[in-house]
Amino acid sequence: MKHVISAIVQNEPGVLAHVAGMFAARGYNIDSLVVGRTEDENLSRMTIVVVGDDRILEQVRKQLEKLITTVRVRDFKDIDYVERDLLLLRVHAPADKRPEIVALVDLFRGRIVDVSKSSVMIEMAGPEAKLEAFIDLVKPYGIRELARTGVIAMQRGKTNSEKDEK
Amino acid sequence: MRRTRKQSNIRAPQAGWDGTDVLLACLAEENVEVMFGFPGAAILPVLDRLWFHAEGITNQTRRKRLAFSGALSTCYANSTERICGRNDIMSKTKTDAAASLAGTNGAQVFHRMLQAEGVETMFGFPGGAVLPIFDELFESPIQFVLTRHEQGATHMADAYARSTGKVGVVIATSGPGATNIVTGLATANMDSIPMVAFTGQVKSTLIGNDAFQEADVTGVTRPVTKHNFLVRDVKDLGRIVREAFHIARTGRPGPVLVDIPVDCTVAKLDSEPDLEPNLPGYKPRGGIGNERQIRIAADMINAARRPVLYVGGGVILSGAAEELTAVARKGKLPVTTTLLGLGAFDESDPLSLKMLGMHGTAYANHAVQQCDCLVSVGARFDDRVTGDLSKFAPNAKIIHIDIDPSSISKNVEVDVPVVGDAKAILAQMLPMIECPDRSAWLAQIDEWKKKFPLTYKADGDIRPQEVIEKLGELTKHDAIVATGVGQHQMWAAQFYGWKKPRQIITSGGLGTMGFGCPAAIGAQFGNPGKLVVDIDGDGSFTMTMVEVITAVQYNQPAKFIVLDNEYLGMVRQWQELFYGKRYSATPHACPEFTEIAKGFGAGAAKITDRRQVADALNEMIRYDGPFVLHVCVAREENVFPMVAAGKALDDMIHSQLI
Repeated sequence: MKHVISAIVQNEPGVLAHVAGMFAARGYNIDSLVVGRTEDENLSRMTIVVVGDDRILEQVRKQLEKLITTVRVRDFKDIDYVERDLLLLRVHAPADKRPEIVALVDLFRGRIVDVSKSSVMIEMAGPEAKLEAFIDLVKPYGIRELARTGVIAMQRGKTNSEKDEK
Repeated sequence: MRRTRKQSNIRAPQAGWDGTDVLLACLAEENVEVMFGFPGAAILPVLDRLWFHAEGITNQTRRKRLAFSGALSTCYANSTERICGRNDIMSKTKTDAAASLAGTNGAQVFHRMLQAEGVETMFGFPGGAVLPIFDELFESPIQFVLTRHEQGATHMADAYARSTGKVGVVIATSGPGATNIVTGLATANMDSIPMVAFTGQVKSTLIGNDAFQEADVTGVTRPVTKHNFLVRDVKDLGRIVREAFHIARTGRPGPVLVDIPVDCTVAKLDSEPDLEPNLPGYKPRGGIGNERQIRIAADMINAARRPVLYVGGGVILSGAAEELTAVARKGKLPVTTTLLGLGAFDESDPLSLKMLGMHGTAYANHAVQQCDCLVSVGARFDDRVTGDLSKFAPNAKIIHIDIDPSSISKNVEVDVPVVGDAKAILAQMLPMIECPDRSAWLAQIDEWKKKFPLTYKADGDIRPQEVIEKLGELTKHDAIVATGVGQHQMWAAQFYGWKKPRQIITSGGLGTMGFGCPAAIGAQFGNPGKLVVDIDGDGSFTMTMVEVITAVQYNQPAKFIVLDNEYLGMVRQWQELFYGKRYSATPHACPEFTEIAKGFGAGAAKITDRRQVADALNEMIRYDGPFVLHVCVAREENVFPMVAAGKALDDMIHSQLI
C-alpha cells in the first residue's frame, strides 16, 4: 500500500542525509522522494511515497517528526489532495509511427518537447497512475529513455460547503 | 566477469544451504584463511559452523596474550603533579561566559559556551584538529580528563551523565579519534543518555579531499546520535554549542555530536555572534501529560484486579523514582523494572518484583504474563524484555507512559498512551490512584516469590553470584555499581539489591562489552567520595582495562571486580544450551590481572577460594585508590532463570540444581 507523506524541513546541508538515513536504518521502503523549495527560503518540502501498511505509515510519520530538522509532517491518508508526477520520455518514433504517438500524447494531454529523425521526447505531468498508463501504451514503440521526478502533493483547499460546516 | 574457481574443493552455493553455509563458502572462495573477531549472540550460528568444518578457516580471538611492563609509573607521577598544578590556574581564570564574544577566536568561544552550559568536567584525547581547543583549555576552569582511548572517554562521559544527571562531554580529534567514539555514542543513544561529543575536523577547505585524518564524521555518527552538526563558520559555533546541549538534555535525552573544522576554532569573530537557537522543528515533549488520558489510565489501574507497573530507564532519567514509589505504595501495585530501571524502586520493598525479561525473576515474568493491566513507565518494550511479542502479557490492557511519541505502539499495541514527562505524569496521577482489595493477586505473587526465588549453589568454587551478593551486603546496597556486558552484568542486576536511582551504570540497549571499567571511572569523577565499583567479567574488562591508568593518573579510587571464568561466559552459556556445548571461540585466556593492575599503579588482589571472598572485598573497599580484585569463579556457571530468544516470557529455563 502506497502512502504520500509531506515533510517541511529546515533548508540546511545534511538534512536530506538525516531523512534518507533514517529511512534506510529503519528499513522503510521509499517509492520516491522529492525535495524542493517552498514559499519560505529557510524551509524545504520533501514529498515521500512510502510502501507499507498503516502501522508502518504511523511509525514513519513519528520517526520523521522525531528528526530535529523536521519542522512539520503531514500524511495524506484520508485527506483529499492533489498529486503530480512529471515525466520526460524519449520513445522510438520513425516517420510512419509518429502520428500514432502524437495522437496518444494529445489524448493524455502531454507535449512533444523534442523531435529527432527516429525519436520524440514527451513531457507529461499528472498523477502517478496516469503516467503509468501512458508508459504502458508507448512501451510497444520502444522506450529509449525515461525520467520521472517522483510525486509531489498538496492538500486541496476547503470547498465552500465544508467551510460553512466549520 | 565470472571469476574462475581457484580450488576444486570449493563448492558453489547450492539450494538448501543456509546463510552461514553461503557465507563460509564465499570466504573460502576468497581464500580467507584466518579471521579475527569477537563472538556475540548475532553471529553464534557462524561460530558454531566454524567449530565443525570451516573449510580451512581457523578462528582466533582478537586479543593476543598481553605483556606489560610496569615502568610507566614515573611519568604518571609527573603528570599528576601537572594536573594538581593546574588547579591554581582554574581558580584564577574563571571567565564570565556572558561577556562579549567579538574579537575572540573559535576555541575561546567554545570554552566560554561550555562554561555557560555549566560543564565542569570533560573527557577526551587530543590531536591535530583539536589543538587550538586544547591550547585554550590551559586557561579554562573546566577539568579535562585524558583517557587512554577515545572509546573510554565516551563511556566515562556517559557514566558521568548517568550517575549525576548532568550532560557528559567528550572531545576527540578528527578521523580515527572521531571513529573511536562511535561505540560510545551508540551506547548512549540506545539508553537515552544526555551527552555532547565534540570532534575536530580537517580544515573546511580540505573537507571531502581525503585529507590526513579526515573522516565523514557526521555521516558515520548520524544513525547513532540524537542529532549532529557540522560547524561551517565560526559565527555559528556558539549557537550550535547551545543547540547541542539543549537537544541533548531535553525531551528524550541523547548524544549530540558537533564536528568542528580546525579553521573554525582559529578564526576570530569580527562581530557579536547570534547565539539564539534556531530549531523550529524541535519540540521536545516534556512537562505534564494530557489530563484526560491520565484520568482514563488511572481508572483503568483502579479497575484492574491484577495490575503490574513495568518501569524503565525513563523513570531514572526524569527523576521520577519518588513519584513512582508513591503511586505504587498508594495503589499496592507490584513493580518490576527493566535493567535500566533498576534502582527506580527499592528492591527490599515487598511490592518489588525485581527485574523482568530474559534473565528477570520468574515471579516478575509470571506476574507480567498473568496481569490484567500493565502500566509501562519510561520503558520501550525491548525484545529482551518481552520475549515472543505475540505471547506477551496476553490478558493485559496496556498503558504506556513515555516522553517519546515514536515509542508508543512501536512494538506492542498500546491501549492508553500518555505522552510526557514521567515525573509530572505520575504526580498528576497520584491523587487519582485508589487501592481496591487486591489481596488475591498479591498472595499469588508471594507464592511465586516463594516457589521461584533467585538462587545459586553456594559450594565448591567461588560462585560469582555470591561475590555480588556479599558486595551488596558489605556496601549496604549503597555503592554506585558499573558493569560490563554478559553473565556478570545479569548476576549484578539479580543479586546486588538495588535501592536508589542512578545506582547502576550499565549498557542496556546496545550491550557494549568494555563499558564497565571506564564507566566506573566516569561515575567516580561525578561522585567524589562515593564508593564506585565496577562488577566486570574477564571478557569485558580486558577490552578496556587500559583505562585503569586514567584512574591512577587522576587518583580516582574506583574499584574493579573481575569475575574471571576464562570464558566469554554469556556466549558460552548459549553454546551450552543451544549449540550442543560446542565452545567455538569462547574459551578466553586471561592475563594475571593483578600484575597488570600493579604495573598500572593500582592496588590488586587475586582470590581463588570461597573463604577469601569477604576479606578480599573488605580489603578492596578500604583501599585508598583504584583497586583491581581478580576473582577466579566457577567456570561454567549459568545465568538463570532464562527465557530463550523468541520464547514467551513465562517459558523459562530454571536453575538446574545438579
